Amino acid sequence: MTAQQYFLAVVLMALVTYLPRLLPVLLLSKRGLPAPLVRWLSYIPVAVLAAMLGPLLLAPAGTFDLLPARNPGFWVSLPVFLVAYFTRNLFATVLLGMAAIALWRLLLW
Amino acid sequence: MNISELQPRDCAVKSGPTWRGLARGAPIMIGYAPIGFAFGVLASTAGLSVGGAAALSVFVYAGSSQFIAVGLIEGGAGPWALALTVFMVNLRHLLMSASLAPYLGRLRRLEQAYFSFELTDESFAVHSAYFQNGGEPEAASLFAVNTSAHLAWVASSLAGAWLGSRLAFDTRIFGLDYALAAMFIALLVCQLGSRRRVLIALLAAGLSTALYLGGSGHWYIILATLVAATAGALTEKAQAPEEGERR
Repeated sequence: MTAQQYFLAVVLMALVTYLPRLLPVLLLSKRGLPAPLVRWLSYIPVAVLAAMLGPLLLAPAGTFDLLPARNPGFWVSLPVFLVAYFTRNLFATVLLGMAAIALWRLLLW
Repeated sequence: MNISELQPRDCAVKSGPTWRGLARGAPIMIGYAPIGFAFGVLASTAGLSVGGAAALSVFVYAGSSQFIAVGLIEGGAGPWALALTVFMVNLRHLLMSASLAPYLGRLRRLEQAYFSFELTDESFAVHSAYFQNGGEPEAASLFAVNTSAHLAWVASSLAGAWLGSRLAFDTRIFGLDYALAAMFIALLVCQLGSRRRVLIALLAAGLSTALYLGGSGHWYIILATLVAATAGALTEKAQAPEEGERR
């Protein structure tokens, strides 16, 4: 990607990120959205997070692979899910996940 | 509990709301540090300059989509494919913005514009908890939450990009390459409020992985999200039209 393309990319990404953040606050301070749209939108967070997470955990190197030696992330995720569930703490979850995977590699490499 | 309720808005002590905001924002700053650092390192590993990585953190300021963008850039995606994916990934902010909107009617337009620019998953979580507990929509305290978190994000990604560009930094050391997955897990868990949502998450994850492995290019996140969200909305309407959703 050239510098010019990268500049265009950053401008576009900034714009498409900002508008969904801005427009509802600007336009809906007093009005509401139609109920079916709200219902559909309410599934976007869970769907998009899971859609991003799936390939990351199941196929981190581009192919489906759950072998602990090549894909420790999947196995570390099981306790990380529990920590996230019980602590509801972003920082604790991230740090524990990172520590767990670093430790795994340190011990098993 | 809230000092601002005891004094007229017009003569509130200037540093008061800012400090209260910083107190609410501190956990976000601490949480962003390792993730921003990981982003910076990964961005420089993917060939972005320090300035290029920082530009994303300053102007886009949306963690997960920045990681995705770096991955797509590394895979050779062009500006428009990047923008479309980032749009889909960040479309969830539409709902967060809509849900905070009723509390922000007292802000001026320019204040609303500034507030929205720094709305993230994490600041949304802090703001909605604050408003639900009867917090005042004082601009200075809202901005203090947002801007301290934004600064922490930019500073940590700068540090990561700078170090990553100088040292042959293996992101697997310290598990930095896992920071994103861990953050997604933490955010996803907060969204799993009902059995239907767990099923929708499994559907989205499975479909996305299948599309990814099936070679659907950069579209797998978008397609899986649209299908899964639609399935969620339709089944909810069919089975539990009223308030059965939070069983």
